[in-house]
Amino acid sequence: MSLYLSIAIIVLIFVVIFQIAKASEYVSILKGEEASRKQNNKINGFLMIVFLVLGFVGVYVCNEYLYDKTLLPQGAASVQGEKVDQMLWITLIITGIVFVITQVLLFWFAYKYQESDNRKAFFFAHSTKLELIWTAIPAITLTVLVIFGLRNWFFFTGEPPKNAMVVEVTGKQFGWIFRYPGHDNIFGKKYYKNIDPATNSVGIIWDDKYAQDDILTEQTMYVVKGQPVKLIIGSRDVVHDVGLSHFRLKMDAVPGIPTTMWFTPKYTTKEMKEKTGNPNFAYEISCDQMCGNGHYSMKGIIEVVDQEEYDLWLAKQKPQYFTAFPEKDPTAAPVVTDSTATAKK
Amino acid sequence: MSHEATLHGHDSHGHDDHGHHEHHDTFLTKYVFSQDHKMIAKQFLITGMVWAVLGGLMSVLFRLQLGYPDASFPWLESILGKWAKGGQITPEAYYALVTTHGTVLVFFVLTAGLSGTFANFLIPLQVGARDMASPFMNMLSYWFFLAASVVMLSSMFVETGPFSGGWTAYPPLSALGDASPGSKTGMDLWIIAMALFVVSSLLGGLNYIATILNMRTKGMSMTRLPLTIWALFFTAVLGVLSFPVLLSGLILLIFDRNFGTSFYLSDIFVNGVGALSNEGGSAILYQHLFWFLGHPEVYIILLPAMGMVSEIMSINSRKPIFGYMAMLGSLFAIAALAFLVWAHHMFVTGLNPFLGSIFVLLTLLIAVPSAIKVFNWLTTLWRGNIRFTPAMLFAIGFVSLFISGGLTGIWLGNAALDIHLHDTYFVIAHFHIVMGVASMFGMFAGVYHWFPKMYGRYLNNSLGYIHFWVTMAGAYLIFWPMHYEGLAGMPRRYFDFSIWESFKQFAELNRFISTVSMIVFAVQILFLINFFYSIFKGRKVTTTNPWEANTLEWTTPINPGHGNWPGEIPEVHRWAYDYGKDGKDFIPQDVPVGADESSH
Repeated sequence: MSLYLSIAIIVLIFVVIFQIAKASEYVSILKGEEASRKQNNKINGFLMIVFLVLGFVGVYVCNEYLYDKTLLPQGAASVQGEKVDQMLWITLIITGIVFVITQVLLFWFAYKYQESDNRKAFFFAHSTKLELIWTAIPAITLTVLVIFGLRNWFFFTGEPPKNAMVVEVTGKQFGWIFRYPGHDNIFGKKYYKNIDPATNSVGIIWDDKYAQDDILTEQTMYVVKGQPVKLIIGSRDVVHDVGLSHFRLKMDAVPGIPTTMWFTPKYTTKEMKEKTGNPNFAYEISCDQMCGNGHYSMKGIIEVVDQEEYDLWLAKQKPQYFTAFPEKDPTAAPVVTDSTATAKK
Repeated sequence: MSHEATLHGHDSHGHDDHGHHEHHDTFLTKYVFSQDHKMIAKQFLITGMVWAVLGGLMSVLFRLQLGYPDASFPWLESILGKWAKGGQITPEAYYALVTTHGTVLVFFVLTAGLSGTFANFLIPLQVGARDMASPFMNMLSYWFFLAASVVMLSSMFVETGPFSGGWTAYPPLSALGDASPGSKTGMDLWIIAMALFVVSSLLGGLNYIATILNMRTKGMSMTRLPLTIWALFFTAVLGVLSFPVLLSGLILLIFDRNFGTSFYLSDIFVNGVGALSNEGGSAILYQHLFWFLGHPEVYIILLPAMGMVSEIMSINSRKPIFGYMAMLGSLFAIAALAFLVWAHHMFVTGLNPFLGSIFVLLTLLIAVPSAIKVFNWLTTLWRGNIRFTPAMLFAIGFVSLFISGGLTGIWLGNAALDIHLHDTYFVIAHFHIVMGVASMFGMFAGVYHWFPKMYGRYLNNSLGYIHFWVTMAGAYLIFWPMHYEGLAGMPRRYFDFSIWESFKQFAELNRFISTVSMIVFAVQILFLINFFYSIFKGRKVTTTNPWEANTLEWTTPINPGHGNWPGEIPEVHRWAYDYGKDGKDFIPQDVPVGADESSH
């Protein structure tokens, strides 16, 4: 009922607006085209200034309401992220200045030079000097931004430090699997046809001697504060993306083509809870590449802890091999088969 | 009739019996299988408008979900049936709506609806030709577009739903029916529709290029062409060079989907199905092929709007466009760079970092010609005598949006920032402002400006003003706050944010954005009413040149027949921008240069 009522009201409003508009057209014919054009010019010229002023007020209000909801006040949680934020501010200042100048000129000119009987338009077809100025200034500014940007880009995409821990991240519809290399620090080889969702979710080749101490976890990844961590990223089915907004990074997970990304977390999850005043704070991994109907629910968690806590956690993890082959229990002598494994570091 | 039209095209002497073939026009040849470029333009425009309404409606529906994720709307179920069980849009339906909204708006509205309409309408009229180089091909171009539309529309009604993997249709998601129900029959229909669409835009594009190069009237040298024509020319060149690449990418996708090839597939294990036999393909290859079209595509959308805005601004400022050659050069630079920046959509795919750095450089380079254009538009306004017609308002709105959206392009084009902002709401805000809304504004400007030439009547001014101001304010209210969501890393294409600690703080804002988007959509309905009412009942045009403009279309009769000029095609003696020269308000292009006239 209320639906029909609201439709009726909307239709009514449309009819009223339409009738007023029709009437104003008749009035303008009566007044003469010239006179009505002048009136319209006045109104719209005035609205140009109103829009400019209200626009800037709106920008201010919007910022007041929303700034605290972004990640900027809490700061980046990784060394890389701090560089991103720094670049973000530089870019904001430069583009902000250009934004204000050009928008003010646009609406101000529109208002100031609205049609008037006392003015003749100035025939001004070109000026090489002016055009050179506004070719050169953007070019120089952009060069600065490109240099800044590329320095960071090569740092982000470059090699991680030697002491980095390595975790393999695998996306699947709709969740994340993490693999740790175990005591030998080397991942066992894997082949996707070995995948068994229950016992071998990434398709590890068990015959590989480096494979048997590999640890698999789902949904939650543990990393150590202050220690660089390198992610080797892959996908089991479609393209996913490891989105780490607090660390200001992301990288696609592509089936068949491993990608990498590294970062150095600066604060433990606990510290971030205090810093943000939010007891529910979590470093969430969001899937940032459309991956199917469950895309919006593809969440993972990164627990940043200190070394001590990490060691405790690691000690509790059982190699996946024993989940796959429970009969080979940990106290029995480990079966080591000779294989030609390639080391991955 | 095609022969006749072509004959007339080459006929510079004109015929006193010119109108005679119109007697043979039946309803079918005049309105349906028309070969008159003006009628084809209207066909493109109206089909585009139908799609704009559908695409807009889709966005209203998915905004409803984003704004009110917990609410239930029983009427939704009565419209959408199983796609809105219990009055709530399902994730399947949400993703189908998002995908179709994107595809339809980018290709059917802002490519076919925009360049299809204005290239067809303006090229023969403004270069001084009786029709397109090949009117028959031109007709085919529309009919392929309509066929594409019908197939795309039919995909909404298949059991498994329309394609729902995003308008970019990345495999493996788009290749595997088992990975998403939308990738079953819906995707086959999507590919067929896109293939038909590519054929349509190639037939159109070749025609536009041929007409501009070969069929200009006497005296219309390339540097006397209005900027609209230059923009449409570069648009057509971009389309002809890039659409085939998309088609090839889609054909490989058809093979992967149906014939067991592995162009894009490798090492895949699908839940509930098991490991696939495909090995050795590259999912990234598709992205290269797609964006090799996809990036030029955004300029295919933007350039016609830029051209029309330049023209409308100059006319209504009563001043020449500032820096015609610089405008031309920057159009060329943008068109050339359009082919060299596609991988900036792929910074986070694991792209070689060095390659990425080249694309950063080339991408940010586009800001230079863009800046030239903005400053030239500003200087065109400076010391003008501005008439605020609705078309002029939309042109000014275009420049404002182009600035706002263009500047955030500098953020996203820099890989080191893109690595944070990629695929967040920041990107949504960026491309909707700079490409979506801005080009839509260009299209509105064009419709308001050339409506008198199309239908011999005016659109209602007051409705035009309401339409502009509400849409302008609404566009900023919708998209400006989205930058903040993007700065929080809030990802695109999420059905629901309530489980996310990092993004759920924006629930209130999402509700606000959804409400504004519905109001803005309602105002577009007002425009539609204005449009269709004015075709039949609008104020009649009484003079051939209502805007006091210089270009050739205003030398034709108020309602030009097929062939455009009843007599000879006028000869051109000057460029299109002699406004305010030597104290004269305007000097049309067909007026000979006076002996005492100054040069510009």
